[in-house]
Amino acid sequence: MISHFLKLEWKQFVRSASFGKSIALKILMGFFALYFIVCFLAIGVLGYYILKKQLPDSDPLQIVNSFLLYAILADLIFRYLMQKLPVMKIKPLLNIPIKKSSLVNYVLGKSAFSAFNILALFFYIPFAIVLIIEGYHTTGVLGWLFTMILMIQSVNFLNFLINKSNAAFALILGLLGSLIALHQFNVYNIASIGGQVFDVVYATPIYAIISLLILVVLYQLNYKKLRAQVYLDEGILEEVAEAKSVDLSWADRLGDVAPFIKNDIRLIWRNKRTKTVFLMSFLFLFYGLIFFTQKTYRDMPAMLMFASLFITGGFALNYGQFIPAWDSAHYKLLMSQSFSYRKFLESKWVLMVSMTALLYLLSFPYLYFGTEIFLMITAGAVFNIGFNSLFLLYAGSFNRKRIDLTKGGFGNTQGTSATQFLVVIPLMIFPMLLFWVFNKFVGYNSGFFVVAAIGVLGLILKNYFMNFIEKKYIRDKYAMINAFGKEA
Amino acid sequence: MITIDTVSKKYGKAEVLNIDALEIPTGQSFGLVGNNGAGKTTLFNILLDLIRPTTGAIVTNDISVHKSEAWKKFTGSFIDESFLISYLTPEEYFQFIGDLRGMNKADVTSFLSQFDEFFNEEVLEKKKYLRDLSKGNQKKVGIVAAMMGDPKVVVLDEPFANLDPTTQIRLKKILKTLTENKEITVLVSSHDLSHVTEVCERIVVLDKGAVVKDIVTSAETLQELERYFAV
Repeated sequence: MISHFLKLEWKQFVRSASFGKSIALKILMGFFALYFIVCFLAIGVLGYYILKKQLPDSDPLQIVNSFLLYAILADLIFRYLMQKLPVMKIKPLLNIPIKKSSLVNYVLGKSAFSAFNILALFFYIPFAIVLIIEGYHTTGVLGWLFTMILMIQSVNFLNFLINKSNAAFALILGLLGSLIALHQFNVYNIASIGGQVFDVVYATPIYAIISLLILVVLYQLNYKKLRAQVYLDEGILEEVAEAKSVDLSWADRLGDVAPFIKNDIRLIWRNKRTKTVFLMSFLFLFYGLIFFTQKTYRDMPAMLMFASLFITGGFALNYGQFIPAWDSAHYKLLMSQSFSYRKFLESKWVLMVSMTALLYLLSFPYLYFGTEIFLMITAGAVFNIGFNSLFLLYAGSFNRKRIDLTKGGFGNTQGTSATQFLVVIPLMIFPMLLFWVFNKFVGYNSGFFVVAAIGVLGLILKNYFMNFIEKKYIRDKYAMINAFGKEA
Repeated sequence: MITIDTVSKKYGKAEVLNIDALEIPTGQSFGLVGNNGAGKTTLFNILLDLIRPTTGAIVTNDISVHKSEAWKKFTGSFIDESFLISYLTPEEYFQFIGDLRGMNKADVTSFLSQFDEFFNEEVLEKKKYLRDLSKGNQKKVGIVAAMMGDPKVVVLDEPFANLDPTTQIRLKKILKTLTENKEITVLVSSHDLSHVTEVCERIVVLDKGAVVKDIVTSAETLQELERYFAV
């Protein structure tokens, strides 16, 4: 039985859309995964020595233990937001002669191996090995490690029990907040007292049994809950959100492009991935804080230019690079309707430009860092509006990957191809380089002027470029219809 | 109205469509039948300039569909769910299409009021996005949208599939009224022989991309078709 399930899992993995990604993307994703693993490994191996050096009087294990309560709560919050039990996957297996109990055990058992549970082990295991090398009791450390592993699993199953309850989430959030507050204001350090429980496990490893009991109880609770829900109208039910129509008639003033603008606003707001892109663009506003507050970058104006472009360009970049793939699911409809292609492209342009302008308005507080920085942001905004928005439209005509909007938002790379990597060069590197050259060899202010001038030039020649872009889209129409029609 | 002139489509060496000549006069209700892979949808896609034919061209109302886009103004179509915008409610979708076809809000509302019976209170004001509607109700939306903006040509691929029996009968009524005045040309493909024979005055059978039968519908047509397909 299990071998059947494993075979299914293997096929799902190998044939999944993410596995079929381009090689560049695979390498990039692999690189990110590796980066996290190395980080955790490094902390695991070096953590002991760093703590010993910084706080020579205390026991590193006790320090780690005193923070474990925080780690557990933070882990729960993270999982609450990110990890869902994949019950939908068993739907096609329901009418096959497999006992429901084994289906439930399969889903639950599978979750024990999720990435959420694996990553932390890269810290705990090397840390435990270092402890043994440094002369801690082997049995004590093993008991402690055993407890850690069981604890991660317990958190895993606890999350599924509370996942649908907002009250539970608020409670955990409140608990974590008040623990940190109490600690900060030196009222009462509950976390470190809680940590002593883990000290006891180290001293008397037999207590590790308790965490095993907790895990077994949590698993049983999960099993009972899920076993009662293996019906299409219970747990395996796709939730249907009630449609909320907002009056967008104000957009009618935009004239011919209004229907497309309204459609785009709805597209952005009603699909997870586009919504993430939209909200993230406001986070990009804070990008400058990283660069402007650090002395090192003060002397590297080209890097500051880079940050300035990002501050106002978050939306144009993240949304613009997937034009027109956002509309891939209904591309055939658009292509059989009577409207000029120009209107469609124009609406995307208006959207990018107005969002960039809005982000620019919101970036006014950067005046705090001085007029020079603000001039830089202004130059970046003009460049984003004049050059980048047009360039992104042009680059979009090379998009040949369908985006399925119903798929999740964060970390979804659907629709990504080499185009997305190549566009970064003119969008980011080109203005940086220009700025650097003029700044270095001509003088400080000329850098801003040139970058802004390119933007202004783009605006002046907009019609000319738009004609060019429109022709390219019309020429590539059939290739796009064909590519967007294929399953992502 | 529509002239299909030596249209063929090849993918590599495989020929999926090869039609010498086919003339569809204005106001005709034209039915297309054939087994899977006969080339029905390919023909419709070429007619809508969504794919390019390997040879030949389709001319509709003196406009070669591949050369000009003027035909889009008088052509309404529904091929598959990629003609729907999944994240819109039916009302918003109709308004979007209406906007593109020069209808204002009042026009759209009065247009939709004719279809109350067809929608059967399952489509409008349900506070659901198109992606959350059942297949049948999605189809109703697509079919009605294809008739928006006074089209002269209406192209429907498999309109009867997924519809419940009552709605199938209502759709037949709608299609018959549409061609009553002999002004609107309707092209319908279907796997259901009895439906097409009932709705269409002319039926063309495609097999492996070629026209094998071209029949003016009569009382014997259904039997003739059934005999042909009972292999």
